[in-house]
Amino acid sequence: MLTIERLTLQLPYYAHGHASWWKRRWATCLDELSLQFSAGEVHAVVGASGAGKSLLAYAVMGLLPTPARLNGQLCYQGKPLDEQRQRQLRGRELALIPQSLSALDPLVRTQRQVTWAAQRAGHAPANAWHSAQQALNHYQLDAHAQQAYAHELSGGMARRVLTAMAHVSQARLVIADEPTVGLDPHQRQRVLAALRELADQGKSVMLITHDLRHALPIADRVTIMRDGKRVETAPAHAFQGTGDLLVHDYSQALWLALPDNHFSTSATRQAPQLQQEADVA
Amino acid sequence: MRVIARIATRLSRLILVLLCVAVVSFGLMMASPIDPIDAYLGPQMAQVSPEQRELIAQRWGFDEPPAVQFGHWLRQLASGDLGWSHVYNQPVSEVIGQRFQRSIVLLGGAWLLSALLGFSLGVVAGAKEGSTLDNIISTYAFITASTPAFWLAILAVLLFSVTLGWTPTCCAGPTGTLSQDVTLATRLHHLILPIATLALLGIANVTLHTRARMLELMRSEVATHAFAQGASRIDVAWRHGLRHASLPAMTLAFASLGELFGGSILIEQVFAYPGLGQATVAAGLRSDVPLLLGIALFTALFVSVGNMIADTLYDVIDPRIKQGGL
Repeated sequence: MLTIERLTLQLPYYAHGHASWWKRRWATCLDELSLQFSAGEVHAVVGASGAGKSLLAYAVMGLLPTPARLNGQLCYQGKPLDEQRQRQLRGRELALIPQSLSALDPLVRTQRQVTWAAQRAGHAPANAWHSAQQALNHYQLDAHAQQAYAHELSGGMARRVLTAMAHVSQARLVIADEPTVGLDPHQRQRVLAALRELADQGKSVMLITHDLRHALPIADRVTIMRDGKRVETAPAHAFQGTGDLLVHDYSQALWLALPDNHFSTSATRQAPQLQQEADVA
Repeated sequence: MRVIARIATRLSRLILVLLCVAVVSFGLMMASPIDPIDAYLGPQMAQVSPEQRELIAQRWGFDEPPAVQFGHWLRQLASGDLGWSHVYNQPVSEVIGQRFQRSIVLLGGAWLLSALLGFSLGVVAGAKEGSTLDNIISTYAFITASTPAFWLAILAVLLFSVTLGWTPTCCAGPTGTLSQDVTLATRLHHLILPIATLALLGIANVTLHTRARMLELMRSEVATHAFAQGASRIDVAWRHGLRHASLPAMTLAFASLGELFGGSILIEQVFAYPGLGQATVAAGLRSDVPLLLGIALFTALFVSVGNMIADTLYDVIDPRIKQGGL
């Protein structure tokens, strides 16, 4: 459904230090990244902070800040996904569940925000309210939550509102950016189950997370990223036992460093640094 | 019940503010070199003997300590008697009433115009950051924000009244005509220039603040999320921007009531418009103590009520500002 080929993203920065503060330099945030997302699958993109996961999401959506340098090819359903097409498809074919709960407008009631999302996705104004109602009910948000403002919702409820906003758009590619951060196990299960359900409806779900352990039960495929590069893409069932099915040392070490695998770090040579990154995860 | 309690607290605070203003302005009057007897006598000062002055002072209670005098004044205030203005030879309350009727048209017109226009311009400029339109609006706002009101008023009179002859040079109506004979059209004709000048200055402030809030919003996660849903810039500005920007715009609009009042004193002076501002200047120059005190209290009431309205409206716009707080 979505093919990413040799995607390179560079963002400008101004270096500190002697006589270089006026000179713009370019930091490479995504480095020759190639990935493929298929319909009906949950594809988890896992990596430590700064691996470029969220930037990947913004690059696909076309929401990068203007001075960004982007090279490589994005293909959506066989046709190149350029800036103009991104603008057409945003909210209709491509949906983003943002990382931060502050993406909800604090001054607008839940129901109305979801209705706006429906209108932006091309629903007729008369239908939009009804679709929003359905989406909210689908995610078990009751009448009270529908009339609430963002600050009156719990973390889990706000997440479900964001998911409902993506759901109401009927988009076929859903990008969920860290949807389980700060949620208790029960709420996390609910959010992940909702994503799995989207994939089962034939949509393609990109699940961006640093939490390998919780992504595995619902994911079909897992891509490990590090420093803007793809380390490895493996089917979810490869993450089992001692990780022998994993090709790359880094992903193996990441897998073995999980608490369930006894925090073992002896498997690789780069152990100390990896332990640190696994802690972040 | 809660509504009543809230109104009661607001009112008691308002009374407290007015009391403070009364104490301070009365203190300033006592400390000023104005001699009320001289002011009352005017040019007849020379014909009055010291004994007679003594008699007046005794009759008016000037021989008593300031605190007692303040008490007298407060008691009269409470019964609704603001005193007698010797400049206009009328009760102070009547002077303020008449003058305010004229001023409120000028003030209200300028205020509405500056709030509405300033807000719209700010929203447009903020939504289209960096565009030519934004540059024009910002430049205009920066220039007018740093222009003194009276200077702009003088320029306006020179250009529109003297050179072009489009608008009258002074007053609320043609000279030599009784105020009840002046038609509405003529009244408006006399108001155009003062209102425009006063509004022009208010617009700049509201525009700049609204624009700043809009820029912040357009870069926020709320806007990014809206863009991800396929919203256009206009959509984001209209649905999210209006709500977010209305808060600072409203604060400023109501807070600027006092400033506008000050501005109107200058403007009324330049245009010789017989409003409350001109009465203030006359009362100050001719030592009309009761009128000055009355105007000071009235202005404080006016500005406080404005701020009270803004306070109440916050709850309506931003649900995060909890109800029930003081």
